[in-house]
Amino acid sequence: MLKTILSRVIQTIVVVFFLVTFVFFAVRAIPGNPFVSDKATSAEEEAALQAQYGLDKPIGIQYLNYWKNIITEGDFGSSLAMKGRKVSTLIAESFPISLKLGIVSLALGMLIGIPLGIVAAVFHNKWQDYLAMVIAMAGICIVAFVLGPIFQLSFAMRLDSLNVAGWSRPSDIILPSITLCFGVAAYLARLTRGGMLDVLSQDYIRTARAKGVPTLQIITKHALRPALMPAVTFLGPAFAAIITGSFVVETIFLIPGMGQYFVFGIQNNDYNLVLGLVLFYGILMGIANLLSDIALIFMDPKLRTA
Amino acid sequence: MLRTLPFIALASLSLVSCENRSDVEIANEQNILIVGNSGEPKGLDPHLVSGVMESNIIRSLFEGLCVEDPGKDSSSLPGAARKWTPNEDSTEWIFNLTPKAKWSDGVPVTAHDFVFSYKRLLSPDPNWPAKYSEMLYFLKNGEAYNRSYFGHILCGNDPDFPISWETLKQANFKGERPLKLDNFKGKEFSKLGETELKRLSPYLSAGQSIDLAKITADDVDLNTLDETEQRIFLNAQGIDKLDQTQLEFLKTNTDLLNWTAQIPEEIRQLVLDRLIDHHKAGKPNLWEKAQVGVTAVDDFTLKINLRGPVPFLPEITKHYTWYPVPKHIVLRHGEINTAFSSPWTRPGNIVSNGPFKLKEWRTNHFLEVEKNENYWDADQVSLEGIRYLPIKDYFTETRMFGDDQLHLTYTVPSELIPMAKDKYKKELRQEPYVGVRFVRVNTRNSPLSNPKLRRALALAVDQEAICEKILLGGQTPASGIVPPFGSYEAAGVIAFDPAKAKELLKESGYSTDSKFSEIKLLTTNSESAVREAETLQAMWKDNLGIQVRIEQREWTTYLQQQYDGDFHLCIAGWIGDYLDPTTFLEMWIADGGNNSTGWGSKKFEELLSKAENTADPETRFQFLAEAENTFLNDTPVLPIYFYSTNYLIRPEVKNWNPLLLNNHPFKFVKIEE
Repeated sequence: MLKTILSRVIQTIVVVFFLVTFVFFAVRAIPGNPFVSDKATSAEEEAALQAQYGLDKPIGIQYLNYWKNIITEGDFGSSLAMKGRKVSTLIAESFPISLKLGIVSLALGMLIGIPLGIVAAVFHNKWQDYLAMVIAMAGICIVAFVLGPIFQLSFAMRLDSLNVAGWSRPSDIILPSITLCFGVAAYLARLTRGGMLDVLSQDYIRTARAKGVPTLQIITKHALRPALMPAVTFLGPAFAAIITGSFVVETIFLIPGMGQYFVFGIQNNDYNLVLGLVLFYGILMGIANLLSDIALIFMDPKLRTA
Repeated sequence: MLRTLPFIALASLSLVSCENRSDVEIANEQNILIVGNSGEPKGLDPHLVSGVMESNIIRSLFEGLCVEDPGKDSSSLPGAARKWTPNEDSTEWIFNLTPKAKWSDGVPVTAHDFVFSYKRLLSPDPNWPAKYSEMLYFLKNGEAYNRSYFGHILCGNDPDFPISWETLKQANFKGERPLKLDNFKGKEFSKLGETELKRLSPYLSAGQSIDLAKITADDVDLNTLDETEQRIFLNAQGIDKLDQTQLEFLKTNTDLLNWTAQIPEEIRQLVLDRLIDHHKAGKPNLWEKAQVGVTAVDDFTLKINLRGPVPFLPEITKHYTWYPVPKHIVLRHGEINTAFSSPWTRPGNIVSNGPFKLKEWRTNHFLEVEKNENYWDADQVSLEGIRYLPIKDYFTETRMFGDDQLHLTYTVPSELIPMAKDKYKKELRQEPYVGVRFVRVNTRNSPLSNPKLRRALALAVDQEAICEKILLGGQTPASGIVPPFGSYEAAGVIAFDPAKAKELLKESGYSTDSKFSEIKLLTTNSESAVREAETLQAMWKDNLGIQVRIEQREWTTYLQQQYDGDFHLCIAGWIGDYLDPTTFLEMWIADGGNNSTGWGSKKFEELLSKAENTADPETRFQFLAEAENTFLNDTPVLPIYFYSTNYLIRPEVKNWNPLLLNNHPFKFVKIEE
């Protein structure tokens, strides 16, 4: 177990290092200029700005400085587009909001997706299965920028207690989390169904049936745990993805989360912001994968000895 | 863990509060105005921002010398100044400040704050990234200080200098425009085009060639150049831009630079000595010597001297670049020209002199201002506060308005205008707005260097169809580059005329069969931009038989390509800063930062400068109209339409009237049910 954790941590560090290195050079290769504005910038001004952010130095030196500032001062640099604001502040402000929304959406997604998958597997090739899979397919296909406005128009504008968008009332989390949960639920349903079908055809389930164990008990006691393994593997990265926010949902529902910075950073050639986000996301992804590995170890005794 | 998650989800959903009143109902009770503001403001420093959304916030926080009249364009009410008096030709203005005016921390607003502010905005340091210093070029010597015109400041402004500046300024101080070294950077002499060679020709003897890499290097050592190269370099830079060693080199042979014959050698030496001394002294700040036209006569009297007659000065002082910033606070958090790294505009630090002060600002969430009890006219202010929401998605914004979450939207997307006309009859406002949409033409290269062809393209655009069939927002066909307002008679020379367009195309020497496939139309990647570009493309195809290719780029690349001249045609827009035609005309001077067309005309610039020196408004407008005509006859841009604003406003918001600049003074806004 300790060995697993340790190897995961080392893997994460290596992956994040290569990820940041790649993005560092890739983001600078994007055409455009972080200091361009709708009013002309003189050459002197641009040179001064380049110097201020250290962009006038050779790219290799810039790269070394980037790591140096992180390691010696914990400084991820300042945003180039949102001037005067630190990348770390932007992430620290927006991440808790995305985290909250992400956890609620993920929980909702599990609440919908897992039972849907179980039903589909138990009623394999019956109408319940087809219905569940149609719903799941719809959840994957209908994207947030369609779902969000539909919810706004059909619920928020009719119900007094729900706002169309914003992040000021406790109820403001409902519509965006439902919008976000659909994709997760859909994937979970398909994965759970697959896992369940696999398990239900195993010999020990047949034995249980032969012993006369009721179906419900077979599913909850004997089949569910191993059947959820593929879903749990998916949940790790899904968790990291969902708690870092979604550009679309945040824009539609006016949520001050961090998802929008990914797009904003690229659009504005904000190198520091993009790198800060990539670093943060990479580390989160590592942690989430580690957590799902640990969960799998707990769920499957075979893995503990391995 | 897995078992508890569903319960966490349920618990958080059950946290739904029982608040059934809408946001607007609550805000009405608190007397707070909620407005959609299109995005996260880049900052609150009036000297550093350039966007509309920032100006909406800054207008509530700060106050200039004069204030907008809530019901009338081109009319000014007392703001930080209670009274203003121009001299006879409107070149010198005395502003008597309101003695009661205070910053939100209780410190009085004095004339020194204004002097400090204008000095700050005009800071000549290249590290000072102000986008709008030009707005202060109305001040006498403002441009000279901002652009470090050393000759002007050190010799021209000195009354004891042996010859007058009028004579002296004919020497090459600013550099010869056609020689601008940027034009030659990274190029090889043997591969220069005809126009570029023509620019260099006065300096070259037949068959001579020079090393362009040497003269465009970052650090030029004149000793390594031959005489022709020295001449070209020195005249390209101009005296003001030379560094100490280059000046010393020039001193040994002043003839390398164009001085005109009226300036004798001893004067040349004197000029160079003064500049060298200045460099030797480590280039100290020249504010005193520059004599910029802003003086604090006493604590509450501000004297403004202008570069020429500006009868509409009060109009300009309403622009946020002319607002004061608090000297005591700015200097507490940094130097006079510390830009974005200064925290003086952050919540807790910022102090302002307007009807409101900053209450709370959360990134991408909201920004709220509250009534400033120290404001001199606080009794007039009805609102308790304003909440600005950074709503980027305009469809969401319209829905939020429908759900009673907003008093006022930033805009209405054109797709929703038919719906709004039907559903929000009372709330929808469509008003003219001084802005113009046009196609920039890169006149540097053929075939678009041909004015007849450009004109043909302009006349082949069915502007009315664009306004009435596509935009639907009350936009009007643009007959020129200056939108209609006041008594200015717009030139009105561009109008849809396909027959004339075809004729012009014939005259231009091109025909529809000519190879036009390489003409590209640059635009942004927004949905509306694509539609607009496709419409133009179809019109040129139908009316002229010319096929252009649409090139979409995301915003920053799009801007960069424009500045770099890397386009053929480019859709763009311009919004007026103040109510005067110059705000639409001055940008087209040759090599102006926002010109980007490569076009320039001596006649146009002469007319502008004539207007600049004319006090009589009528004659002035005549010169400006003539300048606009000159510009349009050459057609370096193809006007499409004049802007309008479309927005939704709740009926209980009072004192919100149509204003051409759309700069509504929040001071007078009331919520009355």
